[in-house]
Amino acid sequence: MFPFTLEKPLSTEDAIAAAASGARFIAGGTTLVDLMREEVERPERLIDINSLPFGGIRIEGDDLVIGALARMAEVAADPNVQRLQPLIAESLIEGASPQLRNMASMGGNLLQRVRCPYFRMLDAGCNKRAPGSGCAAIDGLNSGHAILGTSDYCVATHPSDVAVALVALDATMRVRGPQGERSFPVEELFRLPGDTPHLEHTLLPGELIVEIRVPGGPHSRHARYLKVRDRASYEFALVSAAVALLVADGVIRQVRLAVGGVGTRPWRLRDCEAALVGKRPERRAFEEAAQLAIQGARPLHHNQFKVELLPRTVVRALELAGEVA
Amino acid sequence: MAENPSALHLSGPRISRREALQATAAAAALAALPPGSAAATNAPAAAAVTLTLTVNGRGHTLTVDPRQSVLDVLRETLDLTGTKKGCNQGACGACTVLVNGKRIVSCLTLASMYDGARIETIEGVEKDGALHPLQEAFVEHDGLQCGFCTPGQIMSGLGCIAEGHAGSPEEIQFWMSGNICRCGAYPGIVAAVADAAGRS
Ligand SMILES: Cc1cc2nc3c(=O)[nH]c(=O)nc-3n(C[C@H](O)[C@H](O)[C@H](O)COP(=O)(O)OP(=O)(O)OC[C@H]3O[C@@H](n4cnc5c(N)ncnc54)[C@H](O)[C@@H]3O)c2cc1C
Ligand code: SF4
Ligand code: FES
Ligand code: FES
Repeated sequence: MFPFTLEKPLSTEDAIAAAASGARFIAGGTTLVDLMREEVERPERLIDINSLPFGGIRIEGDDLVIGALARMAEVAADPNVQRLQPLIAESLIEGASPQLRNMASMGGNLLQRVRCPYFRMLDAGCNKRAPGSGCAAIDGLNSGHAILGTSDYCVATHPSDVAVALVALDATMRVRGPQGERSFPVEELFRLPGDTPHLEHTLLPGELIVEIRVPGGPHSRHARYLKVRDRASYEFALVSAAVALLVADGVIRQVRLAVGGVGTRPWRLRDCEAALVGKRPERRAFEEAAQLAIQGARPLHHNQFKVELLPRTVVRALELAGEVA
Repeated sequence: MAENPSALHLSGPRISRREALQATAAAAALAALPPGSAAATNAPAAAAVTLTLTVNGRGHTLTVDPRQSVLDVLRETLDLTGTKKGCNQGACGACTVLVNGKRIVSCLTLASMYDGARIETIEGVEKDGALHPLQEAFVEHDGLQCGFCTPGQIMSGLGCIAEGHAGSPEEIQFWMSGNICRCGAYPGIVAAVADAAGRS
């Protein structure tokens, strides 16, 4: 690990000012410490943000508000989260391990970096780690990689589970930076790789994620997160689907649908949603809509199976969400 | 499985012998320093940090390199080698300890961020010469073969039971999935946790 200094800021302003001049925030450290040890990340200054007042979970009207420093385990176990937004709880429990969920923060989860193995191999070409050095995954082992939103420069998936749920549920986030505060949809945090895969998110220098806001509604109680992976637990998704479904009088009134494990960012399926509204919640309708999920898919040598697994996962997740009474 | 890049991060050999030796050398050099002095020779610009930790009920004031993990401090500085270093990447659970009552992986935990923390390790589980019921259950159910993963399994099992996640074998499997066992002693481990949960 390269040497660094660790600072504990006395105020949010101090933390933001330090980050604006190049220091890095650290929360749980479960992404950052790991990558620093691999020497993929080499920050010289770390700002420990854990004493800043951005923990906790609260309800405001129909909205659930989650502090950026709330831990994954804490959020998943919160009775209000389980009652109002079971999809958030389920997607968190399906991610990482109990030990990691006790450490990992919500803000850090959204900003975790890709799990592409070449990103961590310092002698492999990787445009994300070393811009212009190529992408070893495109001709390498790529069964875990993306089929949607890829470019010739990078094909890594975004690994977060809860981000998929947050994007499905139209969550927004509040960030604070040198110029003050702003809010925007969580979906807009994530950039497509294009020809600049080293730029992963839309935060400005020094911006700190403060909280995440999840709007409630009748759809949110009938929601499921389905994660398909190589083993039953403690593994990243090959394909995952977050679905919230509102059926009334035998017809789908509202549906929110996003998928993980297949896109270079959490992938909202708006065409599928549009195709489902007004239909009866039946397998035929689910299957027809799910085919739209693979529009524009660009499979690689080893991940062709995702083109079939993706619609199947969407269908099954819709069925599961339909069963939640 | 090893062919699958998505799985490599969890199962691949990540730490080279050279890195392991370097880490050990740096930690040993640092541990030899008097409190308050600058960081070790092969740790140039990293300013040392002084902190207090309560480990198994005993208070310690330590000077650490910011790069040292809680795992390194436990093993190299405090000579509590019961906590094991497996992957050093958060992926195997061998280094699990309880920090302020919660199970975490100590390898991804920078000691310098945990000033004032209360840590429990496997060395503190036995009380007055008597094994903890969970330790006894591991013996009874053959919850181990080589024993390398066992300290982490026990610490994680304590967390699992305290969290109320030991209600059925399926639940235990899911909530113990952060602890990998190379020997495959899983059936015994699950039985031991179930048994101890039933008794407590
Ligand atoms: C073995 C293993 C398995 C895993 N499996 C899964 C999985 O299945 N699903 C899943 O979703 N995740 C998984 N993870 C990832 C884990 O969830 C993330 O590492 C974790 O959520 C990151 O949170 P953190 O607080 O530890 O972040 P840190 O490591 O502290 O920070 C990560 C990044 O976010 C930045 N940051 C942190 N907080 C803020 C903030 N408030 N504002 C601005 N920037 C901030 C940091 O500067 C850093 O760049 C796994 C991790 C490991 C090690
Ligand atoms: S897929 Fe992206 S992260 Fe992986 S090697 Fe290519 S550029 Fe790097
Ligand atoms: S040593 Fe493997 S999780 Fe810490
Ligand atoms: S008993 Fe050998 S690794 Fe688990």
